[in-house]
Amino acid sequence: MARVLMKGCEAIAEAAVRAGCRFFAGYPITPQNEIPEYFARRMPEVGGTFVQGESEVASVNMVYGAAAAGTRSMTSSSSPGIALKSEGISYCAAARIPIVYANISRGGPGVGAIQPAQQDYFQATKASGNGGFEMLVLAPSTVQEAVDLTYAAFDYADRDRNPVLILADGVIGTMMEPVELPPMKTDEEIAAIKAGKAKWACTGHQLDYANRAWIQPGQWNTQIMQQENEKAAALYASWEKDVQVEEYLVEDAEVVIAAYGVSARIGKSVVDLCRAAGKKAGLIRPITVHPFPYAAFDHINYSVCKAVLDVEMSIPAQLVQDVRMGVKGRCPVETCLCSGGNIMSREAVLRAVDAILDK
Amino acid sequence: MEKIYSRTTTIQEDKVSGFCPGCMHSTVVKLIGEVLDEMGLVDKAVMVTGIGCCGLHMDYIAYDTITAPHGRATAVATGMKRTSPDSLIFTYQGDGDFASIGLGESISAANRGENISVIFINNGIYGMTGGQMAPTTLLGMKASTAPKGRIAEEHGYPMHMCEILNQLTAPCYLERTSCNTPQNVIKTKNAIKKAFKNQIEGKGFSMVEIVTSCPTNWGLDPLDALDFIEQKMLPEFPLGVVRDR
Ligand SMILES: Cc1ncc(C[n+]2csc(CCOP(=O)(O)OP(=O)(O)O)c2C)c(N)n1
Ligand code: SF4
Ligand SMILES: [Mg+2]
Repeated sequence: MARVLMKGCEAIAEAAVRAGCRFFAGYPITPQNEIPEYFARRMPEVGGTFVQGESEVASVNMVYGAAAAGTRSMTSSSSPGIALKSEGISYCAAARIPIVYANISRGGPGVGAIQPAQQDYFQATKASGNGGFEMLVLAPSTVQEAVDLTYAAFDYADRDRNPVLILADGVIGTMMEPVELPPMKTDEEIAAIKAGKAKWACTGHQLDYANRAWIQPGQWNTQIMQQENEKAAALYASWEKDVQVEEYLVEDAEVVIAAYGVSARIGKSVVDLCRAAGKKAGLIRPITVHPFPYAAFDHINYSVCKAVLDVEMSIPAQLVQDVRMGVKGRCPVETCLCSGGNIMSREAVLRAVDAILDK
Repeated sequence: MEKIYSRTTTIQEDKVSGFCPGCMHSTVVKLIGEVLDEMGLVDKAVMVTGIGCCGLHMDYIAYDTITAPHGRATAVATGMKRTSPDSLIFTYQGDGDFASIGLGESISAANRGENISVIFINNGIYGMTGGQMAPTTLLGMKASTAPKGRIAEEHGYPMHMCEILNQLTAPCYLERTSCNTPQNVIKTKNAIKKAFKNQIEGKGFSMVEIVTSCPTNWGLDPLDALDFIEQKMLPEFPLGVVRDR
């Protein structure tokens, strides 16, 4: 298939449309405005619906409603807007409603900086809302990967009846790259997906007390609430098989960079520069930042590895906590950080790698 | 013999009501069920409940239902109706839900003219959480968070949702009813019917505001609560059709 040049945000939206997403609601916020704008143009062409919600809160709840009626549905925002969606996401998780949402994250906390950052790692991976629910969190480092992960996200969401988060940053969202787009789901395929949800979707059912659709984001009965939480915990435990990670030249590495998203892309180019200069660097790049690929860190040769270098666009560092849990004290973990909307520089990473190798 | 009244099919027989004795939520839930039966809409109906005592009957109704986050029912209903236009989508919300925390969603959905029906239960108080002040609490009326009663200078005035929404161009039908007398119960039933009919005909946003009692948190027995509605609530919240087109 021919490749097309697309902006990250627009590519994410088109991938969603091709995956059969037929409802999108969102509220403007930089740097992700191209997502709602693209859907506003595109949805009418495919018989879908775009709504500009009056807020992020309203938007996520429109998506909750549309998905609860059986339609593949999506919302997107950036950091503070994602914070506002958290109650709605928690409801979707509790009620087991499949939705996909994207965080094109920016510098924080507060209104933060509109420039790219990776300050939402804890929010995305540990507590995207109240109640201790979990989600698959997918972190692309190229526009192509953003397309592929968004396309897959809808299948994951439907498989698990659970929200899926695309965690990207302003660089991935706003840069243009050539991408190969996935096949467009046909109207028949989309109808079949919707029909598969008919039993639980709220669209009206024949009078039958036992078999009506009853979507419950909570319970009055404590025993049932515990059972629901146990079922959810079993689902989360089953995600070991879904872990995705890129391990690049790790085996003989004397320094291993750990990074996700755009930082990993910069980290990988530093690995290439190092190798060209005879320096043994490697990279571990979590693609699923939740569940986290802890086992990848067992592939490091700790008899030669001097340190793992956590590279992230967040101060304080956040990813580093999962990196430490992967490394388990087998070598030192150093950091190379920037924040506030400043983009990680190759030079800074190279300097940090050299400092470790020179020790 | 001719059968002139029967129990709605939409309430399960073996379940116990979650509402307090004398609570008019029960009356309204029964009326909704009767209307769905009479209009043949039970198999198309989806109720989006708010958070509050409105959630106390989900257990025993027979049609589809989903719980929205507190205040967001009209947003949830928007997503549902836009993607499932053949279903009958109505929200069932209290005054804290619809007129306080959800005010933005309520006004915005009305302003878009969403083709949904809103059943809005105005009991002048937060029932579920134990009698705190609502946007509809009357001046001078005591609430657990307004122990001296609602004071205009501090708390502002009761909000009139029918009249507020009447400032918008899009809504097609706004009516305020009550359930304090048999006549008013019949009017409420007809209003619910009309709101559903409007939706079937694609006319857009309808809201029925129903002035109801909360004997428990008003600290009145159910009969005195009827008098309170007549003497105190209805002068503040006059009944009638505010918009119909
Ligand atoms: C986000 C959020 N805030 C607060 C609450 C607590 N809460 C539950 S019901 C309710 C008030 C409900 O009052 P109203 O809407 O008037 O309904 P009523 O019980 O009077 O019928 C509140 C504040 C909640 N569940 N969620
Ligand atoms: S607390 Fe009030 S509104 Fe709630 S069920 Fe009891 S009487 Fe009805
Ligand atoms: Mg109330």
